[in-house]
Amino acid sequence: MEFTVSKLLWTLLGLFIVLNWGLIMGGLMRKIVARVGKRYGIPIYQPYIDLVKNYAIRSQITHGAMFYLGPVFRLSGGIGIFLFLPLIFGSDHWSNFSFSGDLILILYFQFFGMLGMALGAGEGGHPHSAIGIGRGLSQFTTIEVPMTLAVISLAVQYNTLSISEIVAAQQGGIATWTMVTNPFATAAAMLSLLGAFGHSPFNLVKAPNEIPIGPPTEYHSTFLGVLHTNGAILHVVEAALFMNLFFGGATNWFELILKTFLIYFWSVFVGVVFPRFRIEQSVRWFLKIPLILGIIAIILVL
Amino acid sequence: MKETDNNDKFLHEENKKREVTAPDGSVIQIDPIQDYFCDARPQVHEPYKVKIVEKFLNWARSESIWVLGFGTGCGSIEIPPLVTPRFDMFRYGVQMRPTPRQSNAFVISGYLSVKTLKRVIRSYEQMQNPKYVIALGSCTINGGMYWDSYNTINRLDQYLPVDVYIAGCMPRPEALLSGFGKLKELIKTGRAEKANEYAENFDWYKANQKKIIKDWNMPDYNW
Repeated sequence: MEFTVSKLLWTLLGLFIVLNWGLIMGGLMRKIVARVGKRYGIPIYQPYIDLVKNYAIRSQITHGAMFYLGPVFRLSGGIGIFLFLPLIFGSDHWSNFSFSGDLILILYFQFFGMLGMALGAGEGGHPHSAIGIGRGLSQFTTIEVPMTLAVISLAVQYNTLSISEIVAAQQGGIATWTMVTNPFATAAAMLSLLGAFGHSPFNLVKAPNEIPIGPPTEYHSTFLGVLHTNGAILHVVEAALFMNLFFGGATNWFELILKTFLIYFWSVFVGVVFPRFRIEQSVRWFLKIPLILGIIAIILVL
Repeated sequence: MKETDNNDKFLHEENKKREVTAPDGSVIQIDPIQDYFCDARPQVHEPYKVKIVEKFLNWARSESIWVLGFGTGCGSIEIPPLVTPRFDMFRYGVQMRPTPRQSNAFVISGYLSVKTLKRVIRSYEQMQNPKYVIALGSCTINGGMYWDSYNTINRLDQYLPVDVYIAGCMPRPEALLSGFGKLKELIKTGRAEKANEYAENFDWYKANQKKIIKDWNMPDYNW
């Protein structure tokens, strides 16, 4: 990994593209959910307007230093994953700052944002934030178990912790994708992805209509704008991570857009079919089938 | 800040000023009204001086109206048809928000009892500038069929600044949609600055509110 200014500029351009695709994809998914409910739904560009509106709110209140830092931590979690994730395989410009141990770092960054947000929302002092944080951290801990097992299974299978090398090993058509060569790890990871994306069966962290909006209850205006910006980035990079690990990566932007759309759509598809779990149901669910699949994946590659 | 008066008969027990022994044995003074709330006065937030920027931001504000999920009176039953397929207000950029911090518009949907008015004021003050109020139904205009009730207010605009009135008893969801249309028009032309008006005439509004809410056991401006 070599650091140059032009590399940095390419990475920033990549971030810009990812942000825009994330916003459009978010609008698209909300449109799809609306159509399933036989509604016309929001205009597809609504996330952009919401973002401008949030940044344009004139007054802000604060609850202290951590309240400011919460969204910043969340955003650095999202951008951190982006920075170390190779987006397009074989491209100098779009492989960002990926290096030989990036898989471990990205797993860490997934948790980093949540912890920062927990501290910030905790300082907000709203009881619903505290409930949301408690649910979020306990659910994410159980999501991490099958996901980490799947990742370890991959690391053993490909004998590397570099995402670029894992993608490189899958470049021989669909038959070489991890999806085919290691179906159990893929299944465990795709089930834990449902929880990571936070759509319906596992949306008890934000739980609209129940604990109004969970951790961000007290967040408004620019704070909320930063959180939404991060949400758009995070959805694309998480989907891109799964694309790289299990579905052969992408060799051009069109392939990336198509695959990330389908991976995100998987969680939305499950979300419009199933109603919300309670927290104890969700935790138990992750510790049953996905965990068993993860263990099988480990045993098979050993 | 105003001193908390422990002899106020409306002050809840848990909100009274008292001494507490901390786990390490030291004795500390707590005053929940001062510690939990901020009662600084609201401030006027001027629009941007550059016209074109303010116009663009007003367009964004008008196309993304987040309504606080707070139903008062019988009119709140008109909201569910708006979010479901028949009237679907999402197409116009109107969405529901569960927390006052993130909301821009407050739909007062019908009669307001004095008890609810207190909650409405607290929620309204927690919303951030710019914020808009839509008054739905005749009850908010002149009291409607409750005009001589002992427990409801008659004119909403004496207590909160109202942007749009929607007359009728009950107005149909179409009327509410047209009210949102009117609100958009007001925002786009820069005439929806009622949050600043509230800050400017704060003393007048507060006096009116205190005249009718007898058990005022909260700070003057709680945000």
